[in-house]
Formats: sequence, structure tokens, C-alpha cells
Amino acid sequence: MGRVVLVTGVARPLSGRFVRRVQREEGVDKVVAVDSVAPAHQLGDAEFVQADIGRPAIGRLLAEYRVDTVVHLDVSGTPLGGGGRSSVKEANVIGTLQLLGACQKAPSVRRLVVKSSTNVYGSASRDPAVFTETTPAKALPSGGFAKDAVEVEGYVRGFARRRPDVAVCVLRFANILGPGADTPLAEYFSLPVLPTVLGYDPRLQFVHEEDCLDVLRIAAGEPARGTLNSGTFNIAGDGVVLLSQCARRLGSPTVPVLLPAVTWVGAALRTVGVTDFSREQIRLLTHGRVVSTVQMRETLGFHPAWTTAQTFADFARARGSGLLPPQAVAHAVDRVAETVRAPSTAYPEPSAD
Amino acid sequence: MADAKVIPFDDDRPRRRRPRTPAPVRALPEAPQPAAGPEPGPARDDGGWERRIAGGLAFLRRRLTGEYEVDEFGYDEELTDQVLMSLLRPVYEKYFRVEVKGIENIPADGGALIVANHSGTLPLDGLMLQVAVHDRHPAERHLRLLAADLVFRLPVVNEVARKAGHTLACAEDAERLLGAGEIVGVMPEGFKGIGKPFSERYKLQRFGRGGFVSTALRAGVPIVPCSIVGAEEIYPMVGNARTLARVLGLPYFPLTPTFPWLGPLGALPLPTKWTIQFGEPIPTDGYATEAAEDPMLMFNLTDQVREQIQHTLYKLLVQRRSVFF
Repeated sequence: MGRVVLVTGVARPLSGRFVRRVQREEGVDKVVAVDSVAPAHQLGDAEFVQADIGRPAIGRLLAEYRVDTVVHLDVSGTPLGGGGRSSVKEANVIGTLQLLGACQKAPSVRRLVVKSSTNVYGSASRDPAVFTETTPAKALPSGGFAKDAVEVEGYVRGFARRRPDVAVCVLRFANILGPGADTPLAEYFSLPVLPTVLGYDPRLQFVHEEDCLDVLRIAAGEPARGTLNSGTFNIAGDGVVLLSQCARRLGSPTVPVLLPAVTWVGAALRTVGVTDFSREQIRLLTHGRVVSTVQMRETLGFHPAWTTAQTFADFARARGSGLLPPQAVAHAVDRVAETVRAPSTAYPEPSAD
Repeated sequence: MADAKVIPFDDDRPRRRRPRTPAPVRALPEAPQPAAGPEPGPARDDGGWERRIAGGLAFLRRRLTGEYEVDEFGYDEELTDQVLMSLLRPVYEKYFRVEVKGIENIPADGGALIVANHSGTLPLDGLMLQVAVHDRHPAERHLRLLAADLVFRLPVVNEVARKAGHTLACAEDAERLLGAGEIVGVMPEGFKGIGKPFSERYKLQRFGRGGFVSTALRAGVPIVPCSIVGAEEIYPMVGNARTLARVLGLPYFPLTPTFPWLGPLGALPLPTKWTIQFGEPIPTDGYATEAAEDPMLMFNLTDQVREQIQHTLYKLLVQRRSVFF
């Protein structure tokens, strides 16, 4: 008997790609794709069921298809196609609660994979430079998506206690970027001019969409020899980049704003609907966040193909250069270098290179 | 740890070691020297203007296009070496005329924990210690300082501190750095030491809870006691405006004979003569793994480190001819 995989939140591009990818996995018989809105993209041979996971109907679905692997990807920071913050919170928290309730009643479920975020660590000046999976947050996120993620993880821990026979894997993704990313940070980087917090240069880590799909595949399948794919893992690419580096590599000018004023600017941008400049995002862009990926490598056995810098380069390539393309800046500096060097060629100097 | 790629564009290392020699007389290229390089100082070595300017422009190009690397703590080795150190070096060499003793007590490779006394109202002693370790050590090791959380709360300061390789004084960060084989500097007195009144100069304060000893023990790295003389007198703190400090959210607000009465001029430190002495390293690798959990052992080791620093301080003070020379 093959496996039946249920994937939630498939209307998002990344989840849709995962649905298409997981069908090709060996031993997977059927993929049930669930979301409350119909996806705009193809789902291959997967069976799409339009259902709200926040309703009890999800339980019938689990029983009907005898689902054994649940991949919960419907935990997201941005609303899909309209809807405000409250609808996002509803989908994240109530949806997870209902889904886990249904899973608990479904004896066929053997494996649960939940997409979480490194947002759960918060971001504060008193935090250690690098978070491991066991680091407690100094300041718990007070609201927004980060709080959703904390609550979702709480429910998942409760579920894992009540159903010890189910392998539960929580993947805490760093900021997901890539050509098709629709995360709040990707929206932020798409602004023509980047507002930054004056006097702070946060450290950021990215994970590429392709790596997300790969790690989800590892988490949803049987663990390879010598690895363990249940537990909580930080998922991030190697290395760290600073926000100032990102802005320069992207070619976007930055506008440093005083910290108290950032909140107003954020509110203004949010009102105009440009980007989700939430409080937690401001904190991320103030203090930054770096996580340790030792567990991901050693326990989960996943080695990302993209480093943080490569991920950002790929994102920047897809997005196109900003107002100050780095090539143009480099060219300008080279021109200055040439004009400086030119007069001295008249004086042959052996020591000069 | 990502190792930052450093392209030495200038042979300024020999320059600062060598006693100053008059500039070799030679025809200078006619190019007017633009202030493009990060170090537009006069070129005294062979290579001349051109290499300096070309190097400076290459540096500028990397900075402007973001093509440099930082480690997970936000340490920007290139910026530290080329810019921050060059800014601190004149203060270190000309202003405080720092004399370094016992640099050989710092291992050439592998981790070590340097424990120093803290004084001077503003943490200039940490910065001078960083320059001392980098410039005087034959292996040019980089000191990674552990700083108070206040540093990471303040705008601009936190940015520069992270880029200079400092990180928050917590066991996690210290252990991570020591595990990576870095030289870590800690000043366990904290605000009690740096903000103590002038009358209590060179009296070591309590060493926190001795967390640094257990961290060194767990990492199995030697503890190098370090005594800094001269920093106590740079801002003689005769008073503390507690109410103002509370309003500003600072641990203390110093009143010195010149600050804040003379305004910005009063913030100029006194040009004292400094001595930094590194003592005999205290090995920690002989202990069992459970030893880090033993409070008695921690207290004893903490006291040992503290005593050694205090004794060296007294010894250096006796040898000192004057505060300023």
C-alpha cells in the first residue's frame, strides 16, 4: 500500500510546487491538496479539495482518503488575495487547531510536518547572536505572524504529546526568498527605496525556495539511514548578510529612519497597502536574526544547496536591479580608478603594479 | 564560520611596526590625490600613491557593491582591519601610548579567554585591548569582545560594535566563539567597574557570578588574565547624576571635572599613559566535564583570576612614574 499525503495551503505557489514534487516521490500513491481558494497554478495529478481547514470537514477528508502524512503549509504571514490580518490569524491558528484535532482522531495519520518560522525567536538586543532550537525567546512576539507561529507550535507540541505514535516535524524556516517568493520580506525588498532603521544594520539569513521544497520532501518521507526527521529544526542557508549589503547588492537606495518614526512610516506604508510593515518585521529589520543550522545538518541530514548570499543573488536577479545597480556603481568606481591611473602612465615607475 | 576574504591592498603592516623613517624622495605622480581611499594617509613605503589609491578604490568598490562577507555575529573583518583599526591606531599609539607586556601569553592559535579589568567611564579600554592584541601579537589575532546589552540597544553603537566583532556578553555567544577557536575578551566587572567613582580606582569590583570561568572550562580554553593601567584616569568620575541616568536609561551618568561643564570639549579623555599586561594563562583543560557545574571550583578559579589581575595592577602602579608619562 502506498502513502497518501495531504497538503494544506496549496493555493500558494510554493505549496503548489511541493504538491507537484511530492507526487513524483517513490511510494506516494495519492496527494490530496487542500485550500479554501482554488489555486491559480497546476497541481498535476493531485486531487484538489476546496475546503477550509478551519472547519470540521477536514476530519472526514482524512478518514475518507486514509491519509497517513499531513504536510501543513497553511501557516503564512501574508493574506492570499485580499483579507486582512485577522483572516490570516484565523487561518493560521484556528486552521491549525482544527487540523490537529482532526489528525488526533484519524488513526491512519503517521506523520505530520508543520511549516513554522524562525520568527518564533523574536528579535531583541538582549538575544544571543545565534539562536539554536532550544534558545528561549527573550521577548516573546507580541503579535502578528510571529505570535501565530508561536501558538501553532504550541498546538503542535500538544498534539505530539497526545499522539506519541505520530512522527512530528516542525521546520522553522528563515526568511524564504527566491524568484517567486511572496513573503513579507520579499515585498519589502521590492520597494524602490528601502526604509531602514537609523543606526542598525541587522543580520539576515535566507533560505531558497528550492531548498524549502527539498527539506519538506525529506521531512515528509521516511528518514534516511542515520538521520532523524522528527523534531524541531531551524532551516536556513549558510552564511549571513547584512541589510546594508542586501540593499547594495540589490541596488536600492536606503532611507534611514529614526526608530520611533519607523512605526509611523510602517503604519503609513501599511495603510497605502504597499507592504506589510508589521511590528515584528520592524524588529527583524532592527536587530536581525541568525539561527544555528547544526541540527538541520547533523540530525535531519539536510544540506541546503543555496547559501544565504546565493539565495539573495537569485532573488535580486529575478527582481531586476534597483535605482543604483551595483554594476553601474562598480563601473563608476572603475572609471575613477582609470582617471587616477591615467596621468601616472607618463611616468614609468617600476614599483607600480 | 565564514572566513571573511581579506585582500591586503596595502603594506601598512610593516609601516606601523617600523620606526618612522623619512619618506623616500621621489617624483610623485601628478595625479591629484582624491580622498577616495579609506586611509588617505601619506604613503611612506614603496608602492606609492598609485597602489594606495588603487587599493582604496578596490576597497570602495567592494563596499559600495556589497561584495564583502560578515560572519554570523556580524563581524566585518575587512572593515575592522582597514577602517576601524586605522581610526583607533592613532589613539592607541599617539594619544594613550599603550605599552603592552606579556603578549606571548596569548596563544598563537586556538581559543583563549582574556579577562581584563574594566574602567574609564567609557569602554575605551576594550577598544585599546582589541588594537593591542591585533597589532602586537605575532599572529595578528582578532579579539572578539563581549559587550553589555546596552551597547546593542543603542543605535549606531550597536552597528559599529557588531562590525568590529563584538557580541553580547552571554554564555551562548562566548561558547560559540571559543568553540570556533577565537580569542574572546571579557570584562567581568561590567558597569560596576567602568562606572565606579574615581576614588575607587584600581580596586577590582566583584566579578559577576563567574560565568566566564565555566564558559572557559566548558570550551577547554585557557584564561589569560589581563591588567590595564591608565584607563582609570581618562575620565575621572567624581560624581554620578543618578536621576539623569535613570531618565536616560543609562547605568550611570558621569560627572567629571570637565564633563558636562565644558560641553563636547569635556568629553575629551585625558591623555594618560597606558600599560596593558597579559598574565600567565590559567589552563582549564585539566578538569572533568562536570567541573563547570561545581560552584566551589568556579568561585576558586574566579578568585584566582581576580587576585592575579589585582596583584598585577598594584605591581604596574608601583612601577608607573606618572599618570601621564
